[in-house]
Amino acid sequence: MAQAAPFPQDRTCPYHPPTGYRPSGGQGPLNRVTLYDNSQAWLVTGHAEAQALLTDSRLSADRQHPAFPMIAPRFELSRREPLALLGVDDPLHNKQRRMLIPTFGVKQVAAMRPRIQHIVDGLLDAVIAQGPPVELVSAFALPVPSIVICELLGVPYADHDFFEEASRRILRGATAKESEAGRRELMDYLGDLVDRKAKTADGGTGWGADATPEGVIDELVRERLSAGSLDRDDVVRLALILLIAGHETTANMISLGTFTLLEHPDQLAALRADPDLTRAAVEELLRFLSIADGLVRVATEDIEVAGQTIRADEGVVLTAATINRDTAVYPDADDLDVRRSARHHLAFGFGIHQCLGQNLARAELEIAFQSLLARLPDLRLAVPVEEIRMKPGDTIQGLVDLPVTWGRG
Amino acid sequence: MRVTIDTDVCIGAGQCVLTAPNVFTQDDDGFSELLPGCEEGTADPMLREAARACPVRAITLHTDRFQTEPSPDETLPADPLRVDT
Repeated sequence: MAQAAPFPQDRTCPYHPPTGYRPSGGQGPLNRVTLYDNSQAWLVTGHAEAQALLTDSRLSADRQHPAFPMIAPRFELSRREPLALLGVDDPLHNKQRRMLIPTFGVKQVAAMRPRIQHIVDGLLDAVIAQGPPVELVSAFALPVPSIVICELLGVPYADHDFFEEASRRILRGATAKESEAGRRELMDYLGDLVDRKAKTADGGTGWGADATPEGVIDELVRERLSAGSLDRDDVVRLALILLIAGHETTANMISLGTFTLLEHPDQLAALRADPDLTRAAVEELLRFLSIADGLVRVATEDIEVAGQTIRADEGVVLTAATINRDTAVYPDADDLDVRRSARHHLAFGFGIHQCLGQNLARAELEIAFQSLLARLPDLRLAVPVEEIRMKPGDTIQGLVDLPVTWGRG
Repeated sequence: MRVTIDTDVCIGAGQCVLTAPNVFTQDDDGFSELLPGCEEGTADPMLREAARACPVRAITLHTDRFQTEPSPDETLPADPLRVDT
């Protein structure tokens, strides 16, 4: 029997999934992989199999399930600390999600577009005023979603250095201890924020030292905490997941998407020539880059799929990036093609856990790419491509930094 | 072809609206809903794609058993669509 490949693996190219995830000759769309603790799980690489499995209620996302596979030591802490939304199954998941669906609806997000455009314009004004070269992650890719999610949730953006750093430790901490500390600090911070909002909701002063911006957390406090349908920890855990997922993912898509377009000059030229392609280009970049690569589940019963049997208590890892290169669905899947229909990609997942914020992400990405390319018509890398640093394979994929230049810079 | 949406299952992903904006919309709470005039059927070419795009299979396409001229198009694949005849 062939040696099971390790999971996760680092990308060798920022925009291609690790070749080690691909089935080798004769292998099907389900194969065994070895996790960091030497346990084994199934790796799913086929699109049809992934869609079937992600809509199968016999696969659980419950991080507290004793057999839930962990892909890095730092995730072990979620066995003890419940992870709202993406770490729970229905019916609890459904209860949590339905509270938030109205916030992230298509119409609600459409109404946010002018504000997102304003934020993007302001950041690009500052980038241009500063002049080249500029480090695009800290000057643009990160602040766009970070400001947007702060305004949406009612978190003071002035605290962004703190929560961005805490999120970094949670997602990429070198040790479980470092991630756990980041999580505790962010939970404490959000707990304090919830308390201040609860005080205001109770008729206390809404001004002065306790004033915080109004947002979704305020609604949860007013409508759920006060009514007793959520307790304080529930609100804090929801706020935590929304805050992290709301800025880290989109920031990585903006930086990695910009880099990928710069590395595909023909595609970039096509997009510049026809800004109406932006929506399709964003969908294609979502498919092509699949930055959240590695959806993890555990089987609660035996499941037959693609001639294999996933046994109860076995772990399942679905590699979105490789699944989204399935040539049965996307011809020439390894080519970036902003004109293709990238529909049905799994970059946002599939099934009940499909990304809650996907429409917000699309709006942010469309506005960010369109405005960036329009304002900086000759944008290019400011360093040799070999110097661009990638994030490791066990976290959300993206770039650590992206030095760019333009004009005569 | 008649279309129904299971709003208890809908997660508000908006894939249907994105794929077939002339058939689907969302209500004020973000849940999928048919546009007026589409309840009793529509021939929109994107309908099938929208049903496939739904991440929780909340959209069902019903073939009409009393249809006088059944079109071959009405033979839907068993999977991934749930077909209620």
